[in-house]
Formats: sequence, structure tokens, C-alpha cells
Amino acid sequence: MIEAHQLTKRYGDKTAVEDLSFTVRPGLVTGFLGPNGAGKSTTMRMILGLDRPTSGSVTVNGRPYVDHQAPLRQVGALLDAKAVHTGRSAADHLRVMAATTGIGRDRAEEVIDLVGLRDVADKRAGGFSLGMGQRLGIASALLGDPQTLILDEPVNGLDPEGVLWIRTLLTQLAAEGRTVFLSSHLMTEMALTAQHLIVIGRGRLIRDTSVDDFIASASRDSVFVRSPDDARLRDLLVNDGIDVSSPAPGQLEVTGVTSDEIGRRACAHGLTLLELSPVQASLEEAFMALTHDAVEYRAG
Amino acid sequence: MSLQGKVTFARVMNAEWIKFRTLRSSWLTLGAAVALMVIIGLVIGYETSTASWGAAARDGSPALDSTLKLASAPLRGFLITQLVVGVLGILLVTGEYATGMIRSTFTAVPRRLHVVGAKAAVFGVVALVAMTLASFAAFYGAQIFLGPHGHGSSISDPGALRSVAGAGLYLTLVGLLGAGIGWIVRSTAGAITALVGLLLILPNLIPLLGSWADRLTRYMPSNAGESFITSTRMPDTLTPVTGIGVLTLWVAAAFVAAVVLVRRRDA
Repeated sequence: MIEAHQLTKRYGDKTAVEDLSFTVRPGLVTGFLGPNGAGKSTTMRMILGLDRPTSGSVTVNGRPYVDHQAPLRQVGALLDAKAVHTGRSAADHLRVMAATTGIGRDRAEEVIDLVGLRDVADKRAGGFSLGMGQRLGIASALLGDPQTLILDEPVNGLDPEGVLWIRTLLTQLAAEGRTVFLSSHLMTEMALTAQHLIVIGRGRLIRDTSVDDFIASASRDSVFVRSPDDARLRDLLVNDGIDVSSPAPGQLEVTGVTSDEIGRRACAHGLTLLELSPVQASLEEAFMALTHDAVEYRAG
Repeated sequence: MSLQGKVTFARVMNAEWIKFRTLRSSWLTLGAAVALMVIIGLVIGYETSTASWGAAARDGSPALDSTLKLASAPLRGFLITQLVVGVLGILLVTGEYATGMIRSTFTAVPRRLHVVGAKAAVFGVVALVAMTLASFAAFYGAQIFLGPHGHGSSISDPGALRSVAGAGLYLTLVGLLGAGIGWIVRSTAGAITALVGLLLILPNLIPLLGSWADRLTRYMPSNAGESFITSTRMPDTLTPVTGIGVLTLWVAAAFVAAVVLVRRRDA
């Protein structure tokens, strides 16, 4: 369980996170979603006591992270794959982490096997690919068999097999009753892994909702129409206050009414339709529509 | 939860010890420091034994006589070795910042004071053992060349033991000073610049400010060190005991600043 209360973080006059309150519950995979620069990583660092909030507070399993006597046994964290000394081997890194909390060497060996790093366990982490680095970070997070997992962009750099592996692993961990909180800027990945979503933009909370509700509410369904009578159909619909756009001559994109409704109206006025197909907004589009105003860095 | 699962200072020290010994660069740098100390001691011993002592004395070249005859002469390698051991102290800290390891460290041990303390304790012990051995090796190594010519010193000579043990202590304290500066500055290049400035450059700049400032020079870390490494008391230096105290204060001041900053800053 992670509880954030009016969390705010400012760097100088730049506000990274503002008045952010949310609860991450056990037994679910909760996705933390937002465009780049939305404040996801900053929030996660505050949860882990690495950054101090300007105001507000956040607790993990009932108390501030820094007050836990064995944080690794409470919370496993993957902040970024680069939180490892490049000159140390994967196995030695895990031994160092384990030693701080009196976790046995056998557990370090166990997580190496669990994440599939056995073959490179004695190689320097500096030579690791991004994917291998992510696996090492996940091994480190699982070391203390924690009740809560916090993962910043865990699928970043993983190959398709690795993505599937982490998705299965996280779902399984949540099913065991653990709290799983992971961030991503990829909505599609979240829809496949998470059951609950916390969406932020420019450091502010945009949505705190189940994935199903998010998809339902954010989707703006439209209907694609191809017709030689496109001009007349267009006038007909626009007169009724319906939103119509023309992507190309002979084509219309209609929003706000169902395909059934368009078909009936066309028929009533004797208009020919060559194609009439509902278009479901992709999740990615839904996410972009929602966070459009809150994108920090936009191309162009 | 039982003690079994807690983070304790002893465990953090154990983790820091694993950190130290699992980095090749730790051993390479420590080895370089020991090698420099010993080799320079041997070279000084050899050069002194083959130098035409008689000629130097006839020329009335007192500088050669007075410094090279000292029991502490073979320990002059500390002037270079201090930079290597200081850089090692810096790297143990700034290496964590440069690689991002510091975030893993502070996630595992949120009580940052434990990390700063454990790192200093582990490195302090390692450096004290290695540097003391190196100092004794430099001293005895030089006697191989000096002894047959009758210019040698015995460890029981006045001030000799204090000099040799003092060189080991000095190098350890400089290493810790490096670690303290590393915590304050966080970047390797910046910390090395600060350490070199403090050890080598400032002591030479301060006297330029005037005679009042000249009196302060003796309190600089390297000058305080000279006072207990040199076997004979030189003019314008502190007494050996005061010198050790002053250098210890420098290290303590660096660590007080380090702890205040490390606890307050975002990692």
C-alpha cells in the first residue's frame, strides 16, 4: 500500500509535482502513466525517500519509507537500470544490496536465476545491455521478497520475450496480494498489464481510475463513411449539429453518432453509402487526448 | 520484525567492505599507493647511499645533509602517495554518484549517516593497514642501501617510529579527507581539484597574503602532516601531537559538512 498526500516537489521555480494525492492498493497492478516529464520518476523517488517533498507526504505500508527498519523487505524498487556501479559484477551488486539487510547469499543467487542472468552474473554490469540492466534492477527489487514493488519503466529496453516475462511476473506478484506500482509512458503496455491507472500530466493528477473505465471514458468513437454523395450527407449531419470532418474527397469522419444512425439517415434521404465503419480510438490516442494539454515536451 | 531482517550499522559496514573489495579499481589504486610509497623509499635510500656524502659535506651543502640524513627521509614518497590515496577516498564516494549506485545504496539504507559512517570506517581501516605497512616497508627498504654506508637509521632512533607510523596515519587521514570532500562535491573531477588545492596549492598561496597569513600556513593539512612525519622538528611547524590534532580536525570538519549536506540533499 502506497499513500500519497498532497505531494508537491519544486526545483527552484520549476514545479515537478503539484498537490498529488493517490493510493496504490495491494492485490492489483497499478499503472502510473504520464507523458515524459510529467513527474512520474520524481514521485517515485519521493516515495523511496531519495528526494524530499517540498510539501505533503507519502507512506509505504503505513509509514514513511525512511522509517522502515528493513526497507528492502518492505519495498522493492527499480528506479532506473543505471543505479548500479558499472565496475561491479551483477552477483556482487546483489550481494552488496543483500548484505545491508542481512539477506542471505542464497537469496541473491535465487533472484539471479529468477531474472535469467545466470550466464552473465559474474560479468561487470557496465557491459550490460539495457535489457540486462533492467533484469538486474528487477532482481535487486525482488531481493527482499517485498510486499510492495515500485518499478519505473520496467519494460524499457526489454526484448518482446522480456516484456512478456515481466508482464507475467508482475501479474503473478499482484495475484499473491502484493502492491505493484509501475510507471510507463506507453498506454498500450499499461492496458495489458495494469488493472488500475493513475494518470498524471505536468505533475498533477489527471485520472485515478480502473483501466476499463479509463478506456471506456477516454475513447472517442468515430465512424468512417465513404460515399459519392459525401457533400449532401455532410450538410445533412452538420445541420443536426453533428461533428463531421472530410479527410479526403468522398470520405467523411463522423463523431458523436453511431454507424446505425448514419445508415438510417442516409437511407431516409436516398444517399448511397459505399463504406460505413465504426473506428475505435486506440488506447494510445485516448491517452494522448487526455494528456494533450499536459505534455511537457512536444515535438515541433 | 526481528533483528534478523533489520539494517544495522554492522551490516552496512559489511556491505561497504564487499563494495570495496569487489571493485578492481579499489585494489589497483590502493596497490599503486603502496607501491609508490615503497619504491620512492627505496630510491631515496639508494640515491642517498650512492650520493657523494663527503663531497656534499665539503661543498657545504647543508640542505642535502640535513634532510636526507633524517630518519624520515625515506618517507618523502608521502608527497605523491597522498594524492593517490586521496583520490581513492574520493572515488569510493564519487564513483557511486557517477554510476547512479548511490540511489541503490540509499534505497537499501535510507539512514544516510550509516552509509557515510560505514564507508569511512571500512576505508579508514583498510587505508591505515595498507599505508602503515607501506611506510614501514619504505623505511626498512631504504635501510638496505643506507645501512652498509653507516648512514642508516634505526626505528629506535629519536622520532623514527613516530615518523614511520605518522606517515601511515597521515596518508589514512588524507584518504578520509578525500572521501569527505567526495561526499561534499559529488563529482570526481571537482573533488580531486578541491583536494589538490587544499593539499598542495593553498599552502603555497597563503604566504603571499603577508606575514600574518604565513602563520596560518602551518595549520594547513599538509603542513600539519609534515609536523609529525618529519622526525626532527622543523622551524615554523606545529608539534607532532598538535599536528595530528589539526589534521584530524580537518577530516572531522569535512565529514560534518558532508553529513549535513548528504542528509539534506536529494539523491
